[in-house]
Amino acid sequence: MNDKSSADTLVVTPPGAEPASQEPVEKNVSTFRLVATLAVAGILAGMLIAMVNEHTKPIIDAYRAEQLRIAVYEVLPGAARYTTFYLVDGELNPTLPDGAKEVEYKRVYVGFNEEGGPVGVAVSRGESGFQDVVMIILGFDPVGGKLTGMKVLESKETPGLGDKIFKDKAFVDQFFAGPELPLVSVKAGSGKGEPNEIDSITGATISSKTVTRIINNAVEEWMPLLQQGIPEDEQP
Amino acid sequence: MPRETTPAQDLIRGIWEENPVLIQMLGLCPALAVTNTVKNALAMSAATFFVICCSSVLVSSCKRFIPREVRISAYILVIATFVTLADMMLQAYAPVQHKELGAFIALIVVNCMILGRQEAFSSKNTVLRSLLDAIGTGIGFTIALLMLGGFREILGIGTFFDIPLFGSNFEPWVVFVLPAGGFLTLGFIILGMGYFEERKKAGNAA
Repeated sequence: MNDKSSADTLVVTPPGAEPASQEPVEKNVSTFRLVATLAVAGILAGMLIAMVNEHTKPIIDAYRAEQLRIAVYEVLPGAARYTTFYLVDGELNPTLPDGAKEVEYKRVYVGFNEEGGPVGVAVSRGESGFQDVVMIILGFDPVGGKLTGMKVLESKETPGLGDKIFKDKAFVDQFFAGPELPLVSVKAGSGKGEPNEIDSITGATISSKTVTRIINNAVEEWMPLLQQGIPEDEQP
Repeated sequence: MPRETTPAQDLIRGIWEENPVLIQMLGLCPALAVTNTVKNALAMSAATFFVICCSSVLVSSCKRFIPREVRISAYILVIATFVTLADMMLQAYAPVQHKELGAFIALIVVNCMILGRQEAFSSKNTVLRSLLDAIGTGIGFTIALLMLGGFREILGIGTFFDIPLFGSNFEPWVVFVLPAGGFLTLGFIILGMGYFEERKKAGNAA
């Protein structure tokens, strides 16, 4: 009822009377004022967000970069430094073409030892797990065909079961023991002692298999390119 | 006509008597979703507390400029702004918690507890009283979340604030950190509160 009558008076109000009645009469608010109020509020809100973003963005970016740096060194034991190579037109390149956006290119992180010799290659990859996408960074040695390490970057796997893929030390340690590629996921205790077997976690078979699948797929994707030759270190 | 209240009542009311989660049953989505550990519950409470206090102050001080017809949109805009700020600040200063809470930080915008306080209180009262009301409601929300988080972490993981409580022989009750455990815990807390309320009434009548 109320809404209807106020809408009627809004239409009936003669345009000439509007400026005078704008302030004291609260009920007949012009459409212009409704839009203007929200527009001004929106602009102010946008400015405030932009100001805070200006302040927090560098901190957030620095944290992300630091997390990635730690992860690369973790999965490439023995690396003294690493260089990022981007996949540009089927070739690995340490620099991007002019004006290209970094996020649009796939990349590998090549680790080098003190003498400048390559120790391995790290790549990150995400695939569906039991709950949601599991994001992993893995390090491997393309020459010896062995895995050097694995770290889960993002996972929403079931707490208490699936999250053992990064909380269960015995499971994680298997990936740092230098297993041969491609990996085979076996039921815990039923392996034949082959060098490429990974014991899966009891109660979290799907999550365990996701990890080995991601690693195998990542290696399969990058191995042909890397076997043509690991890029040399840029700075000696 | 709402009855007159003193500023002290504005503050205290939201904490227990009209607790947003346990009595009014508002804001149940975050209360169930992210209370699997005390730390997560605390981070969620802190973010919500910040948003409700800032929104209440701003809405009550701008109430004269907001036309009735667009008030809900204006409130949502105000709340969404502060949620975005809280989101960015959490990401910068508490990245681990931000990762755990994920999308639920952004979903504070649609926490009906916050919008409810703007419509029911801040839009009609002074800045100071709105702030007191927001603080009270925020504390009430925090208490409810910590109760849920405490129960669920102790039973589901066997720790409290990451401190192990039971030694290695304790078999965690995993269901309590899963969503089902949230519903169970909330149900039992409300059941317990209802039971004591009934007993109090019976005691008063006798």
